[in-house]
Amino acid sequence: MADVLGGIVEAFQLIVTGDPEILGIVSRSLLFSGTAVILAILWGTPLAMLIAMKEFRGKTLLKTYFSTLIGLPTVVLGLILFLIFSRGGPLGFLGLLYTPAAIIIGQAILVTPILVSIGVSAIESVDPEIMSLSKTLGASESQAQVAVLKEAASGIILSDIASFNRAIGELGVVLLVGGNIAGFGIRTDVLTTAISRNVQIGEIGLAVALGILLVLILFTINIIIVVLRKANYIVELAKAPYFRLKRYRETK
Amino acid sequence: MMMAVAELKKVTKAYGNKIVVDAVNLQIREGEILALLGPNGSGKTTILKILAFIENPTGGEVKFQGEKVNFKNTEKVRLQSTLVFQKTTLFGTSVYNNIAYGLKMRKVPKETRDREVKKALEIVKLEGFEKRNARKLSGGEQQRVAIARALVLKTKLLLLDEPTANLDPKNAGILEEVIDTVNRENKTAIVMATHNMFQAKKLPHRIALMDEGKITEIGAPAEVFGKLSKNLARFAAVDNTFTGTAKATASGTSKVDIGNNVQIEVTAQRQGATAVFINPQDIIVSKTAVESSARNVFKGKITEIADLDSLVKLKVDVGKPFTVQITKRSFSEMGLCLNAEVFITFKASSVQVL
Repeated sequence: MADVLGGIVEAFQLIVTGDPEILGIVSRSLLFSGTAVILAILWGTPLAMLIAMKEFRGKTLLKTYFSTLIGLPTVVLGLILFLIFSRGGPLGFLGLLYTPAAIIIGQAILVTPILVSIGVSAIESVDPEIMSLSKTLGASESQAQVAVLKEAASGIILSDIASFNRAIGELGVVLLVGGNIAGFGIRTDVLTTAISRNVQIGEIGLAVALGILLVLILFTINIIIVVLRKANYIVELAKAPYFRLKRYRETK
Repeated sequence: MMMAVAELKKVTKAYGNKIVVDAVNLQIREGEILALLGPNGSGKTTILKILAFIENPTGGEVKFQGEKVNFKNTEKVRLQSTLVFQKTTLFGTSVYNNIAYGLKMRKVPKETRDREVKKALEIVKLEGFEKRNARKLSGGEQQRVAIARALVLKTKLLLLDEPTANLDPKNAGILEEVIDTVNRENKTAIVMATHNMFQAKKLPHRIALMDEGKITEIGAPAEVFGKLSKNLARFAAVDNTFTGTAKATASGTSKVDIGNNVQIEVTAQRQGATAVFINPQDIIVSKTAVESSARNVFKGKITEIADLDSLVKLKVDVGKPFTVQITKRSFSEMGLCLNAEVFITFKASSVQVL
């Protein structure tokens, strides 16, 4: 019990003093997962648009496939990618195993089903008339598609956030293709892998500090989103009485 | 001879085996208001979508300003024709962004855009609404934003699909005024679909009656309504329009037997086949028979209730279905509900004899 308490106390000391080791791990986590999500957005969003806006055979099957993949255990994906990237594997010649690139690619693949699934349902929930509406107002085919995407914005942003949460919190992929390297040269240890390693070597304080920070990061990002939405709502709320007053005067 | 803005030649549209527009020939003349009048499913909306170039015809030819339209590439010609949908569809953003959308697509500079949006809002009587969230406006205001968004583009052709169908009389009145003004001042050719006989009688220069994908009659309103063709009989689907046989009464009025034991008294003296129309706003609904000077009183059941902005639209079956409009307040104060028994009352002079 004393160990645990000591660990927690140490954790807070480490966080408050801004320990460089911890800062390094946190920034790597943010960098790898952030890049992974951006990369995944680049192919995931167009893919979601394609699936949602085009009619083709096997559409339902494809949608089911992506929503099933959301639940794929990260360690299984990690294993598959490990086999692909390892020296004897099909992409072994690239020498990506145990590098940040492997982590980023792995996480990007991991979050693609989330981006696609939530993205498709967000786009499909947009009023189908929006496409025709944009066109009759003079939009080209692609401009009309952008208009639809804009209507789906809140759902798309939700899928981006969910993807980032999944990426920064996962352990399987990052452990198997990243290698959890904390030595000299290029480091590949991130929040989740560093927690697991520090627990194994008895550095409870460091592990707890990293755990707290991980939760804090997730919490902060979600709070920001809520606040941004609320802010918009508050602005609307503040405007309402003014307009009501104005209309009242006009009718008088 | 006035030039035609658009021309349909034997235009057909089919969805699978279902033909919705059947070899329609139609010319839209410069500066005219043309009403497509017909029951639901008669092909009005499809014709409008073809004229807006957002729906491809299955067969036939469409000419726009004298040139044949290539439906594989409508991007350019779409800039000259715009459609306001029956179901108001707005972008989930401010009123300004909604109205400015088409101008942005046309790469109109910001200052001009601001000015034009302001002007369009003035025309539809929504001054100062720029920053409001479009989707939080009332139904009538939303439809007016949709109209403003189309007006601001100053297209050669303006297409309106049932522009006032779901509006209360105040909003409908504003819109009718707008349609009239835009047509007179900008010489914009307007094609509007409607199944409101009353509207069809006063706004347009020409009326085309539509039924089952075909145009059955076309001409000036007086001409079309005057010619009591057999087609008009099918327009029972249109609100409060009935056909029957008229007989003069001793007191100088006429009684029109529209079937199912419903006889409507009208002030005009008529004999033989007649069509009549009663404006839904002119009908009084009551729970008991009211003693009044009104000549027409019928007992029936409420079969349908539809919610409009500040109004409730009821269908009352008295042997024939009548559409009635009452305020929301009266509706709740009277405690009306589906299948409730009510009386409808209207004056003989409220009946329009077509």
